[in-house]
Amino acid sequence: MTHAREVVALPATDHEDDELAALRRSWRPRHRGLWGWLTAVDHKSIATRYVATAFLWFLLGGLNAALMRLQLARPENGLVGPDRYNQLFTVHGTAMMFLFAVPVMTAVGLYLVPLMIGTRDVAFPRLNAFGYWVFLIGGVFLFVSFYLNTGPDTGWFAYVPLSGPEYAPGKRVDVWAQLVTFTEIAGLVAAVEIIVTVFKQRAPGMSLNRIPLYVWAILVVSFMIVFAMPAVAMASTMMLAMDRLVATHFFNQAEGGDPLLWQHLFWFFGHPEVYIMFIPGLGFVSSIVETFTGRRVFGYPVMVLSLFITGFVGFGLWVHHMFATPIPQLGRSFFTAASVLIAIPTGTQIFCWIATIWAGRPRFTTAMLFAIGFIVVFVIGGVTGVMIASVPFDLQVHDTFFIVAHFHYVILGGVVFPLFGAFYLWFPKVTGRMLDETLGKWHFWLFFVGVNVTFFPMHILGLNGMPRRVYTYLPEMGWGDLNLLATVGAGVIAASVAVFLVNVVRSAWRGALAGPDPWGGPTLEWATASPPPPWNFRHIPVVESGSPLWSAEAELPVATGLRTDRREFLVTTVLDAVPDNRHEHPTETIWPFVMALAIGVTFIGAVFTPWAYVVGFAFATVAFAGWAWPRGTKPEERVHPGLAREAR
Amino acid sequence: MLAAATLLALVACGHAVEQSALHPAGPQARKVSDLWWFALIVSTVVYVVTIGALLWAAWRARRREHAGAPLPPDSERRMTRAVAAGVGATVALLLVFFVYDLSVGRTLSPPPGGDPLTINVIGHQWWWEVQYPDTTPHGRFTTANEIHVPVGRPVVLLLTSTDVIHSIWVPNLAGKKDLIPGYTQSVWFQADTAGVYRGQCAEFCGHQHAKMALVVVAEPPAEFQRWLAQSRQPALPPTDSVTRRGQEVFLTGPCVMCHAIDGTPAGSNVGPNLTHLASRRTLGAGTLPNTRGHLAGWIVDPQRVKPGVWMPPNQLAPRDLEALLTYLQSLK
Repeated sequence: MTHAREVVALPATDHEDDELAALRRSWRPRHRGLWGWLTAVDHKSIATRYVATAFLWFLLGGLNAALMRLQLARPENGLVGPDRYNQLFTVHGTAMMFLFAVPVMTAVGLYLVPLMIGTRDVAFPRLNAFGYWVFLIGGVFLFVSFYLNTGPDTGWFAYVPLSGPEYAPGKRVDVWAQLVTFTEIAGLVAAVEIIVTVFKQRAPGMSLNRIPLYVWAILVVSFMIVFAMPAVAMASTMMLAMDRLVATHFFNQAEGGDPLLWQHLFWFFGHPEVYIMFIPGLGFVSSIVETFTGRRVFGYPVMVLSLFITGFVGFGLWVHHMFATPIPQLGRSFFTAASVLIAIPTGTQIFCWIATIWAGRPRFTTAMLFAIGFIVVFVIGGVTGVMIASVPFDLQVHDTFFIVAHFHYVILGGVVFPLFGAFYLWFPKVTGRMLDETLGKWHFWLFFVGVNVTFFPMHILGLNGMPRRVYTYLPEMGWGDLNLLATVGAGVIAASVAVFLVNVVRSAWRGALAGPDPWGGPTLEWATASPPPPWNFRHIPVVESGSPLWSAEAELPVATGLRTDRREFLVTTVLDAVPDNRHEHPTETIWPFVMALAIGVTFIGAVFTPWAYVVGFAFATVAFAGWAWPRGTKPEERVHPGLAREAR
Repeated sequence: MLAAATLLALVACGHAVEQSALHPAGPQARKVSDLWWFALIVSTVVYVVTIGALLWAAWRARRREHAGAPLPPDSERRMTRAVAAGVGATVALLLVFFVYDLSVGRTLSPPPGGDPLTINVIGHQWWWEVQYPDTTPHGRFTTANEIHVPVGRPVVLLLTSTDVIHSIWVPNLAGKKDLIPGYTQSVWFQADTAGVYRGQCAEFCGHQHAKMALVVVAEPPAEFQRWLAQSRQPALPPTDSVTRRGQEVFLTGPCVMCHAIDGTPAGSNVGPNLTHLASRRTLGAGTLPNTRGHLAGWIVDPQRVKPGVWMPPNQLAPRDLEALLTYLQSLK
């Protein structure tokens, strides 16, 4: 492998050499139109629709929240009854957690990781397509059920026995249990791809100590997904669904089962889930701060270690959701200690960002405002998080609006603020056009004000005795005014999201052209065109520092030697990213979609009959055979169709 | 800071109904409330310092940028020192908080000394069964949605559920505890001042989770003993023709399928025990004041008040309804 220095040549310029033409021939999608859409495997195409789909669920889940706020605006309001309200908050929580917060993070990761580490695609592009289709089917299934008035209504946590066969007859909870399985499959698939991509496909020279902080964050999260999600997938699919469908008794106390088993399994997933959403947010903030201060984030090793500590300790907190259940005092103290401890790595990162801003040349773009807004909002959720680590205090505010306030500060602050910031940072890369900064600032300030007006009063409501998940309250409780204020705040949030949507549509249509590197960013995704071509980089870059675009003086060293007449990418070693092997990249195929349909038929059918598993098994066998069917040519003979035609 | 000031202003104003963790009426809730105020003050200081540092850093960097001044030469060292100091302060504060928290937990969780009063509370969708145990069968009785306790004496509640998980929470007195089918848990509290403290189910338990409330009536010991003696009595037999007719309606209609009235053949415990219904403050588990009009509305169409409640609507002839109401209102 030779390392040649050459100027970053941007593809699609007026002079096209043979190499570029060959790349174009071998990487262009094999099919067009609907068939092309169903067979796509390009990580950028998959990830873009993944993000758009997750954002659609975010809007629909947000609509549920708006209806809940309208219902609670006045005491004894009659807008919706308890049956509808219970579906509203269950579907809101389920959609936001399972269909938005985690998938959108892995989706952005699937877009950015190959670009940031300098490779042509994710490790398993067909698996990637499969993950998306499963996710899409799951989300459509949930919302169609909800709009047909069979939406789940036992909370996003579906505690047994309330969600068991005796107290939740009908199909609502089955919809929930199967939805969880859909999203867990999609999540696990994405996690596996990201782990392998980061470990084996980094650009030559990108040793572990040169990986961008965002990539570290999404890597930690992928490992968390691998360890956390099987717990809930097993609990919901195997145990809850089987209790309901074929009368097993995993959670039935009367037959030797245990309702608390559900809570342990659920929260063993459910608490890490919070960090699964939140850690990519930290990665976004690092990228934003780095780009807009023009300086590497201070304390890189500490930042990386903090991510890992958060990932580890995040698995030791789950019982703090269960302080009101029979847990011995010593055990509760352990979980208090872990819950307090987790504030340290996050605090450390916040201090490092502040130091970076202090030492840098901050540009207050919309993305940067969202990063600063993240700190201002998130730290409120952080300090209330430390408070509720305390068992006695938690027992007062657990399951009250104080908790609603706390985790919305954490999730909106730690997930949605950084995500919006990431949109402003990377939208030019994805679309080739800039988001409008004036609308962006309106979006930021409306969102910032809306979040605080909505959620701050809820702290007080909770302390003053208002429990969560109530569809109404009596006028004499004195909760009316603060609830009305929160509803007004929700309206402001809705307005800010509307501004954002207008901005996205307008800018995608006629925003200013971005060029490859509009912000002067440090990482490799800015070394290629916006939007990037299907092959991402004409030549695989060679990395010599943690911020390659800042240290390479107008020239980025590249590696050559990959074949261009077929889809090929470079495999490097795990620790030092030394070139190791070349690997062929698969082409477009319909089979991931067929496989996802098989999964969809199985799980949706299993809501109604256990025989769905038999039918689904047969269907999936066919799909799997099609996916794995030998294509008839040896790999070395598989040249791109253009050449093959010419040869004939 | 503004936010904290708003918070202080808002929590200071009282409410007509006592259901607040910030107005403690006993040692349990008071210790937690003290812990909260401590945590709030420390958190506010931490927050102000952190956000202040953030804004100061941004402002400084911007000014330096405008002035074209370079970073101080020892900036790396200064940044390391500042971050280390921040982390050190965080660790120290968290440690203080943790130790304080454990000490509060230690004083609150052991069972109370003295001679605690034990009461069984059983959760149902969507009401609370309250049993006062006694060593003699005559001393035992069952009521619903209202717990009477003497002032100044520790009370232990033994908690379980017959259907789904509920959670009992009377914030003026103590933190919450789950009622889980198949488990028996206990929670204790003590009321230091007489009063009526409202509480509410805190674990989502289905349709009418929102309207599953109860009251704790803390009264001076003498008054409590009077209430206890009264509650131990079975219902008095009807004395006039209207109440006799009312009892007949009760015992021959659907009511008897679910409700008990001690001293009559009605003995079902599917719904609340009505032996002393007229002495209770609320109907429908803290949902309506216990008046004749509300009682009539509740009996005829409980689904209007609590949609999804297990009690069916009851179509009664007007005269029968009147007699039933008179009878039920005689159950003091």
